[in-house]
Amino acid sequence: MSDLTSAPVPPIGPGDHVRGEGEGLIVYADLACPRCAAAWVEMAGRPNSIAFRHFPVASKHPRSPALHAAAEAAGLQGRFFEMVDSLYADRGRVDDPHLWERVERFGLDLERFQRDRRSADLAARVRRDFLSGVRAGVAGTPAVFDACTLVPVREREF
Amino acid sequence: MIAAGSPAPDFTLRDQDGEKVSLSDFRGRRVLLVFYPGDFSPVCGDQLSLYQEVKPEIAAKGVELIGISVDSFFAHKAFQEKLGFDTTLLSDFEPKGEVARAYGSYLDKFGFANRTLVLIDADGQVEWTYESPNPGEFPGANVIFDALA
Repeated sequence: MSDLTSAPVPPIGPGDHVRGEGEGLIVYADLACPRCAAAWVEMAGRPNSIAFRHFPVASKHPRSPALHAAAEAAGLQGRFFEMVDSLYADRGRVDDPHLWERVERFGLDLERFQRDRRSADLAARVRRDFLSGVRAGVAGTPAVFDACTLVPVREREF
Repeated sequence: MIAAGSPAPDFTLRDQDGEKVSLSDFRGRRVLLVFYPGDFSPVCGDQLSLYQEVKPEIAAKGVELIGISVDSFFAHKAFQEKLGFDTTLLSDFEPKGEVARAYGSYLDKFGFANRTLVLIDADGQVEWTYESPNPGEFPGANVIFDALA
């Protein structure tokens, strides 16, 4: 069993999904969470970088695990953020056939996508992010860290 | 808020299936009572949903997780089914909030319990407590694991 006692949020590292350059935010988000979708749009206008970390809460959003796996699988073919943007932009179309449409639209290998999104390694990658968020005190999504410090929801400005 | 080291007030409440559950049923095991305002909170990553995600890790520490709110047991059942989780939920319904009051968790201003965690040891003594600064915030699961470490 993992140690889930408190620990600082891990700094951005080579294993992270990062968009943009320079100092930026770390965001723990759930791909099926409507508040995350709204925040994602707001954050897209920021000049600095954003590191996306997985925080699927399956009992709240049953589709979350499948969507996070889809984003990771797209990421293995170089289209992680395209998948995230698309899932947040079109939240009503997140069933498997809709994921396959996206894969084809992004020009990805569908067979590989299907294989990858069910792999144990990929699930472990998602869980690693989730547990780092738990240890850092993430209690709801989206949780935004600036310089590794949690930004309270009421103080957020993007 | 009840103080650590105090005897945990015993109670008998109905669970989501209408069955009577007493705190004393758990004597010999540690119990974590999670007082929360109400079922169907709209916040993404609801407290109980988050705890459900780490329930195996909580169980591995030998701790029974129990949610308590002022909702009826019918509402608890629907809430459990909606979220697909199996955490026991107790109904502090009549007299409303009586158990939450006994633990010092009840908020008269709002008519429900604050988000409060109460860890009870195997002998029925309060081992540790946590109270949120306001009912709109809830503690991350790390706070629980710090207490259990």
